Amino acid sequence: MTLQFLVDGLMAGALIGLGAIGVTLTYSILGFANFAHGEFITFGAYATLLIASAIGAFVAGSDQSIGPLSITWAVIAASVAAIGVTGAMALALDFVLFRRLRGKSAAISLVLASFGASMAIRASLEFAFTSRPTYFARDLQIATPIGLGLKVTPDQIALLIATAVVLMATHALMTRTQVGRAMRAVAENPSLARVAGVNVDETIRVVWLLGAALACVSGVMLGLLVQIRPLMGFDLLLPLFAAAILGGIGSVPGAFLGALIIGLGEAATVQFAGAQWRAAVAFVVLIAVLIVRPSGLFGRSG
Amino acid sequence: MIGPLLSVENLVAGYEPGLPIVNGASIHAGKGEIVAVLGPNGAGKSTLLKAIAGLTPVSGGRVKLGERDITRLPAHEMIEAGLAFAPQTENVFVSMSVDDNLKLAAGPLPRLLRIERIAAMYGAFPDLERQKSLIAGRLSGGQRQMLAIARAMLVQPDVLMLDEPSAGLSPKFVEIVFSKLAAIRQTGVTIVIVEQNARAALALADRVYVLVQGRNRHEGRARDLLDDPVIAALYFGGVETEAEAP
Amino acid sequence: MPDLGGVLAYVSFFLAMALINAIACLGLNLQWGQTGLFNVGVAGFVAVGAYVSALLTTPPSDEHLGGFSLPIVVGWLGATVAAGAVSAFVGALTLRLRADYLAITTFGVAIVAQLIALNAQKLTGGTFGIAFIPRPFESLAAAPALFNLANFALVAIVVGVLYVALERLARSPWGRVLRAIREDERAAMALGKNPTRYRLQAFALGGAVMGLAGAIEAHFIGFIAPENYQSALTFQIWAMLIVGGSGNNAGAIVGACLIWALWSASGLAISVLVPPEFEARAAALRIVAIGVLLAAMIVLRPRGIFAERAIVSRFLDEETGGEASP
Repeated sequence: MTLQFLVDGLMAGALIGLGAIGVTLTYSILGFANFAHGEFITFGAYATLLIASAIGAFVAGSDQSIGPLSITWAVIAASVAAIGVTGAMALALDFVLFRRLRGKSAAISLVLASFGASMAIRASLEFAFTSRPTYFARDLQIATPIGLGLKVTPDQIALLIATAVVLMATHALMTRTQVGRAMRAVAENPSLARVAGVNVDETIRVVWLLGAALACVSGVMLGLLVQIRPLMGFDLLLPLFAAAILGGIGSVPGAFLGALIIGLGEAATVQFAGAQWRAAVAFVVLIAVLIVRPSGLFGRSG
Repeated sequence: MIGPLLSVENLVAGYEPGLPIVNGASIHAGKGEIVAVLGPNGAGKSTLLKAIAGLTPVSGGRVKLGERDITRLPAHEMIEAGLAFAPQTENVFVSMSVDDNLKLAAGPLPRLLRIERIAAMYGAFPDLERQKSLIAGRLSGGQRQMLAIARAMLVQPDVLMLDEPSAGLSPKFVEIVFSKLAAIRQTGVTIVIVEQNARAALALADRVYVLVQGRNRHEGRARDLLDDPVIAALYFGGVETEAEAP
Repeated sequence: MPDLGGVLAYVSFFLAMALINAIACLGLNLQWGQTGLFNVGVAGFVAVGAYVSALLTTPPSDEHLGGFSLPIVVGWLGATVAAGAVSAFVGALTLRLRADYLAITTFGVAIVAQLIALNAQKLTGGTFGIAFIPRPFESLAAAPALFNLANFALVAIVVGVLYVALERLARSPWGRVLRAIREDERAAMALGKNPTRYRLQAFALGGAVMGLAGAIEAHFIGFIAPENYQSALTFQIWAMLIVGGSGNNAGAIVGACLIWALWSASGLAISVLVPPEFEARAAALRIVAIGVLLAAMIVLRPRGIFAERAIVSRFLDEETGGEASP
């Protein structure tokens, strides 16, 4: 029996984790489960692909891989730009759709609207890019043995490092900055936040930008390590929600821990039961959490 | 300054457009004055404060702070205008630490000033300093009220409004809170409080308004109302039933 | 001389399918329109109904388990009960929690249902699905016009019965309590009603109706496969309800026919007008259009074309304040 599934699980966990952090923040601060979050991930990946292709065409040498990684300068620059584009898309969606429903309708209408929006965005991407999978780079990576019969590729190591950095940065933002305190305040009590001088509308815009940025990074990483296709974000949605709920809505470390658990669970399932059952793991975890402790690992009880 | 600092005239406010809860209420408070708003349950006292603070939609009337018309000012800009509000329940962020609650309130201030003000606030509220890392949800009712006041006072407002500061507090803590408010008034801050505990409010306030069904029903000096048993019986349920209070 | 038989066959087929969708839509209306519960996995409950009915009524086969060759009616009944049971389970788990936990869980149900249908080869026939499902009026199968007409009549009767039953349910004491819970939960609780129990019953009943729709469709077409029950189906049913009028059973039926017509017409237009290599893209565009329509209707006309009679808005007293969300 090989322990390689531990490495795969860690990678899957990291990929889910980047998105789960964004979901837990938008869920707790905006107050609803955004079914379009998966599409932010997909959109970010395609935006990066498009911009990277353009950069690669016009800037000589930008489409060369950097060292042993499969990422190129073009992709790095493109993802920075794509974060902006995805953020703009999220803000536009809020302006056109969610803002009109906030405060006037029950939160569940926002979920319903996000469902419709997700369908439209996903189909738009399918219209523009077809459903054929595509990739950032064509080169295969060499997996290096690291002992105990485990192998990792340079991309995978980079993913872990990037995820750790994002995790720490987001946690620091939430706990040590005024912006983070404002977001936590709005998550708990928007009315009191206003009284304390917080511009709630502005804070909401920041949350959308942050969520979209995290989703975009997640999409790029997923595109680099796996592939890019219109359903990539949608297929991640259930694991994202399950991870956020497992960790406790609003907890950044919790969402990441939840993602790791689900990632490892999925890898173990692939190893011992077959790859076709991978998608069921998130559902099983979700049901288990809802039965045992609905507030999640780091959520407040009751 | 000449004239009232806070001036509310014929305010009409409520959540449903056709169903105002505040229906033509007027109050005035001068600099350094303590004004109490009393009245039976459902009179619209809380809604009045919320309307002034910008939390409840206003459909008529006017609110002025000094020369400035703040009737339709967004709630989050009130602090900067000089008006602070401590709501009744849910008056602190229970998921954040005491320190974070204060840091949040100090938000708009530049960093050095923020540190200085928070240190000064801890000086005025030593109990809070001792518990600065504690999650606010773990504070006792009295300490939460103190934190709510500290939070509101952090940006040094001209007017401080409190909605039932004595709610749920033991008599000992009511006394502590109210003497704190008296001390705050000594620094020149105008205070407006809504209260069910009429006795404590009358002891603290300079002037009193009585609101019934969203309108003014009575106005006068606190001392005068304290002495009038008929008025007391009519409006101040709190005075009569103090013996029954838990 | 137009082929009247062919036209009749097509129109009956079209209407039968529209009404089958209407049944699922009626189930969704009970869950959302009348109880305010958001089911994002409608396709999953329809699939449960379809597969249970198929497995109960098909003859024994090497391709899959089950095959009890039971009568069609038993299949339909089993489908209804099974879908209702799954709904009850999901509801019991999530109704006491936040409203969107139900949404997420039903979403998961649809995904897992699809997963099982696709991968549990022995149970469900895998990607090939289940074939030779017994059809009502099998003896007429040789004459498509008559066959489709007869089935259409059958489905229409089912829809009629369901409509009457659901309308009476809505006006019954049970229905009134449900409406009261929707408008002012605290008042209903003060009268001793347990909101969670009523919501659970409504949700389970709605899910059961969806299962029935799945079963009826399975027996009408004669074969089922996992690809019939993907998120596009959930999306379709939702579009039907939102456009037709949530909270209104007649609206659900009309919306179903309307969206089905739009869907079929656009599908026809695509296959006729669009070159084959672009068909998939055109189909995607169709979904974009419906997604935008859905979102637009939620914002502009949340009560749909047939608006539910206006509900008296909640009384908000001093204590509760006003905000639903930030």
